[in-house]
Amino acid sequence: MLKIEPRGIESKFWRYASPVLALLLTGATSGLIFAGMGRPAGLTVYTFLVAPLLQQDGLQALVVKAAPLIMMGVGLSLAYRANVWNIGTDGQFTLGAICGGGLALAFPDAPAWAIFPAMMVVGTMGGMASGGLVAWLRIRFNANEILTSLMLTYITQYLLVYLVVGPWRDPQGFGFPQTALFSDAAAGPRLIADTNVHIGILLAPLLAIALWFMLEKSLLGFQFRVLGQATRAAKFAGFSENRLVWIAMLVSGGLAGLAGLLEATGTLGQLTTTLSPSYGFTAIIVAFLGRLNPLGAIPAGLLLALTYLGGDAAQINLGLPNAVTGIFQGILLFYLLGCDFLLLHRVKFVSRTRLVSQASARAV
Amino acid sequence: MTALLVAFLVSTIAAATPLLLAATGELVVERVGVLNLGVEGMMLAGAIAAFATANETGITSLGILAALVAGSMLALLFAVISLTLQANQTATGLALTIFGRGFSALVGAGYVGIPAPTLPKLHIPLLSDIPVLGPVLFSHDILVYASLVILAIVAWTIRSTHLGLIFRAVGDSHDAAHALGYSVVPIRYAAVAFGGALAGLAGAYMSLAYTPLWAQDMTAGRGWVAVALVTFSAWRPFWLLIGAWFFGALMYLSLYVQALGVAIPSPLLSALPYIGTVVVLVLISRDARRIMLYRPAMLGRPFQARA
Repeated sequence: MLKIEPRGIESKFWRYASPVLALLLTGATSGLIFAGMGRPAGLTVYTFLVAPLLQQDGLQALVVKAAPLIMMGVGLSLAYRANVWNIGTDGQFTLGAICGGGLALAFPDAPAWAIFPAMMVVGTMGGMASGGLVAWLRIRFNANEILTSLMLTYITQYLLVYLVVGPWRDPQGFGFPQTALFSDAAAGPRLIADTNVHIGILLAPLLAIALWFMLEKSLLGFQFRVLGQATRAAKFAGFSENRLVWIAMLVSGGLAGLAGLLEATGTLGQLTTTLSPSYGFTAIIVAFLGRLNPLGAIPAGLLLALTYLGGDAAQINLGLPNAVTGIFQGILLFYLLGCDFLLLHRVKFVSRTRLVSQASARAV
Repeated sequence: MTALLVAFLVSTIAAATPLLLAATGELVVERVGVLNLGVEGMMLAGAIAAFATANETGITSLGILAALVAGSMLALLFAVISLTLQANQTATGLALTIFGRGFSALVGAGYVGIPAPTLPKLHIPLLSDIPVLGPVLFSHDILVYASLVILAIVAWTIRSTHLGLIFRAVGDSHDAAHALGYSVVPIRYAAVAFGGALAGLAGAYMSLAYTPLWAQDMTAGRGWVAVALVTFSAWRPFWLLIGAWFFGALMYLSLYVQALGVAIPSPLLSALPYIGTVVVLVLISRDARRIMLYRPAMLGRPFQARA
């Protein structure tokens, strides 16, 4: 017999073991799904999670994919800690790319020392503007940030389409929906010459560490944690909820904007109609897999980057649709949330006879 | 002019139907105190389940049945994790949306760009032939009428029946309902499954009647608009209908104005319904006291029975 009892306090062990358990369960479940689709389960999971790393430049592809996910996941860790549900990082990402990319297109002859830092600033500000609008609507008009941030994602996507097929379309682009290529100066520095290993790969972990310090070691971080765990206590302590909402939205929006700008300059080199393959939703999983800890977002971002590469590999090698990525991510988040039950509950195996004897003892 | 008006009204009602179906389901879910943000995912699952089944069997009613099952199965997944395992409802709903998108894209990969039987428009002798009123009121497919009937039943049940009273008690004070001997968690399971079935039905309407095709992410945020509609209605069924028609009209207009070739670029017009959602949400939410008055008090809160 299984018996479930509350622990009273959070289990330290399961705090770190539960994401691992969730991962194992996700692997097993996906294997079963693949088997159900008539595919060899082991080979498919291997192709999905291991093969991409063994390819030539596999690690390089992984860190490039992970950089934006880590940046967005770090911002969301902060926001979700304070119960600020920004689910529109996709839109903030896109607006960052639009703003920074627009600057690059407007000044094609600008020198690198001027244009690239300016693009980073403008891209970040684009994301902050989008996030800030959500914060303002929540604070000023009490509008639910989940819905407004998501609606802004759709709106921003249409804005991108408008710009890329309309005024910003490359006149020499044979009618393709894309802008001109950014100048070499606007492409930004590379960590490895002639690759797409851009400085975001360095920035992402640095930002994670910075935000971890802020969250764990500063008064502001303490306020974030209190607001998330005990809203009433935060109010009694005089912490301004509005101020924290502003900070959460500006920081998570700004990081997403920066990620978008770096993705546009670092890996694409131009703006197209599809900048983000649902990075916004994936970043939510990154934040949860990392236990809403900015440092945790680093391994989590790497793992979810792997699911994108795995989706591509499964498509090329096994002929599976790369939507496999989405289903894997969804299952992972389900298990992550479900396994956290073990943080506060103990599952015991009790023999039936003991249950009966306990019951009879109680009856006496 | 009359022809334009008729086209406008007919299209508005059609565009409003998936919103209305999904929002009616979500309204019931929220009235028992559960916030399920997975509507978009359940709609997509319903859309592909209906489309694939109709395509394979050639029978649309089997497709509709498949959508009901798919939507409620996904909803039960949400229920297990958020109600039994008591995970955060917001996060679990997001997981459901992500899962539903992935699931539908995976199943739907083989169904892109192929036809399936579509729901026939009903033709009611005499009634359908009345000028203006005939096409506006009596020329739709069965799901349009079903959406209105379901809304009426839900409104009546919540307002005037014993079951509705229990639902409201669970949503407004689960501890009191529990103390009175009602099983809070099973009641929530039932409501969540019902909401999922209706979201699935909304998806079926998209893929069998409205579009009618399968395309990845074809619901395009309608599930989220449905969630917004529930807040807009202040959890009252009648206002859901008004809201659904309003957004249906907005969606039709953004398409219609594009077809007219107005100077506004079409991507910006396509953004109109989403801008409308934000604006309406802001206008409605402005009065926090009014929202608090109608909002089910237990919305989003986990329930754990204390022995």
